[in-house]
Amino acid sequence: MALLPDLPKGGFVFENFQRNEFLKAKGFRAPKATKTGTTIVGCLVKDGVILGADTRATSGSVIADKYSDKIHYMAKNIYCCGAGTAADTLYVTRMVSSNLELHRLNTNRVVPVICALRMLKQHLFRYQGYVSAALVLAGVDEDGAHLYSVTPHGSSDKLPFTTMGSGSLAAMAVFETRWKPNMTIEEGKKLVRDSVAAGIFNDLGSGNNIDMCIITRDGVDYMRPYEEANLKGQRLNSYVFDKGATPILTVHTIPLEVEEVMVRHMDETMDTSA
Amino acid sequence: MKYHTQSPASTGTSVIGITFNDGVLIASDDLVSYGTLARYRNIPRVLKVNEQTVVGCGGDFADFQHLSKIIEQKQIDEEANNDGFTLTPKALHSWITRVLYNRRSKFDPFWNTWVVGGLQDGKPFLGYVDMLGTAFVDRAVATGYGEMIAKPLLWEAVEKKESITEEEAKDLIAKCMSLLFCRDSRAFPKYRIAKVTKDGSVIEGPFEVNVDWSIAAHVQGYE
Amino acid sequence: MQRSLNNSETLSGIIQKPQFSPYTDNGGTVIAVGGKGFVIIGCDSRLSSGYTINTRFQPKLFKLTPQTVLGSAGCWCDVLTFVRLIEARLKMYSYEHNKTMSTPATAQLVSIMLYYKRFFPYYVSNLVAGLDEEGNGVVYSYDPVGHCEQSTYCATGSSSAFIQPLLDNYVGKKNIANAEKGKLLTQEEALRVVNDAFVSATERNMYCGDSIILNIITEKGIEERVIPLRKD
Repeated sequence: MALLPDLPKGGFVFENFQRNEFLKAKGFRAPKATKTGTTIVGCLVKDGVILGADTRATSGSVIADKYSDKIHYMAKNIYCCGAGTAADTLYVTRMVSSNLELHRLNTNRVVPVICALRMLKQHLFRYQGYVSAALVLAGVDEDGAHLYSVTPHGSSDKLPFTTMGSGSLAAMAVFETRWKPNMTIEEGKKLVRDSVAAGIFNDLGSGNNIDMCIITRDGVDYMRPYEEANLKGQRLNSYVFDKGATPILTVHTIPLEVEEVMVRHMDETMDTSA
Repeated sequence: MKYHTQSPASTGTSVIGITFNDGVLIASDDLVSYGTLARYRNIPRVLKVNEQTVVGCGGDFADFQHLSKIIEQKQIDEEANNDGFTLTPKALHSWITRVLYNRRSKFDPFWNTWVVGGLQDGKPFLGYVDMLGTAFVDRAVATGYGEMIAKPLLWEAVEKKESITEEEAKDLIAKCMSLLFCRDSRAFPKYRIAKVTKDGSVIEGPFEVNVDWSIAAHVQGYE
Repeated sequence: MQRSLNNSETLSGIIQKPQFSPYTDNGGTVIAVGGKGFVIIGCDSRLSSGYTINTRFQPKLFKLTPQTVLGSAGCWCDVLTFVRLIEARLKMYSYEHNKTMSTPATAQLVSIMLYYKRFFPYYVSNLVAGLDEEGNGVVYSYDPVGHCEQSTYCATGSSSAFIQPLLDNYVGKKNIANAEKGKLLTQEEALRVVNDAFVSATERNMYCGDSIILNIITEKGIEERVIPLRKD
């Protein structure tokens, strides 16, 4: 007999699936997931690769998060933008990020970007599109800079520039008219900024700030925010309540009795060697 | 209820329009699709109504032809009246709004999106109407995929400057049409432009889109 | 596991034919706040469908008489139709009676015209703002089928759920124990709260933005103002 329940084996739990389908058939509406809406873009430049993203997350027509972080860390040399259901993009990149670190410790090498791509697309393919994450994966490894896009169904593309999310068409319009091979980092930053801005201003699912991440052989420059695309309006009134705005109905005081005072001194520093 | 009227058959894709300092341009490609089939490849979807009014139309092509005939007849009647009045773009825009709204109210819509342009009292006018009768005017409009792909570029251009020249407007239209050909699977590389200036209206083209395929050399595989 | 499909059911993404719906939501928000000798009605200027912005400058306020303004948001094709019809009715009234209609009478007309379409309604949120017999601000709010309520402040449209609680608290002094009940705002105070309501709604509702259009109605006439909002 075990004193503790077994740890879950990993993977998803489906135990409520049938119940939920039944409730749905009865007309019960499922709770709404937070979507990233999103304009995410990636662009190869001469010395590396640049990722860009807006920071709006929506729940229906409500802006659920104004400063959502959509450029996820995968490894020291790899970052990944996510669009779709916010939770899916976060957990799929987090899981792969963990596995990449284990892989790095096992092999004692810089993990190649292709490795992250395979892990992502195999996971997404297995769940037939139900894990709704549309990703833009970028990184630099031994073979140079790489840029991929991955769809929720698990197909991938290797491109010199790519866009995803509801603002992808607006952002792509900018890339299609202005992209050229072998851009400098400065040219690339301008192009990525403008394409994310096109998404922010033309797509209602995208908005607020522009985040950017530049990955080169020399390291990563993660800028959050890179730019506040538009300034917040100014409020003219103060909405502080006067004292007494909340009525006091009853007052009941419990006096605190101090029985004993004890002071403990921490002499040793915490062991952080491992 | 007749269900076959409730979905489009032969369709045209995006129409884009832009105003410049002394006129209006409306552009659409020459393709009419039948589902995914590129069925008719030489059909202008912009129409000259008179010397100060032009229209462009996306969506069901049969509905467009039907309404075109009515609009042409309206123009003939106006000329026959010979009372010094002509069909202005604002009046035609309003008329199309009412026709489409009445049909949607009968649950038998004209499955079209219209762009109406021209000179209204000497000033550029550009209006949009969809199949429900939703209507508005703006300095640059686009329908269908054009609304998501071309409009960001059109708006950027008109918001940056007080007014743009005809040359700038034409360059922009050319850029947008090639962009639409690249990204809209129902678009076509051949397009026409309806132009209205104080010298009258004219349908120009067909033009060919100019696409730079050199990028293809940078794309290899998918992993 | 197998699932059979009946006629009304479609496997999403496999069988897809365009389905016609006579309605759409084009967004838009209208706020009105009235007081002694004035009423302010404001709207945002964004017209949108789905995830795209149709136009950044579409006024949703309509001057019905020299002292009555209608604010209308929702299904834009219905707004256009409804406004044209009511303008025609007001013109007929003015020709017949040789005077313009009063605000309470206009408010009643709006209700009747909405209820006339009870079984194929205009999908529109309406607000009527004007001056009563004493020249003080009144606001009438409606549901799409003609239910009408008179008040001194109201918000409708896509951001109403954000703004109405603010107005209830700040303008209506609800849930404030030590507030002076029944005290009306001055014109300057009302202008500030309407501005702030739009600024805040724009932060959290994607159908609100681009600019505010204000109509300030007094006995002297109607003053119009435009204030920019964020455009994302």
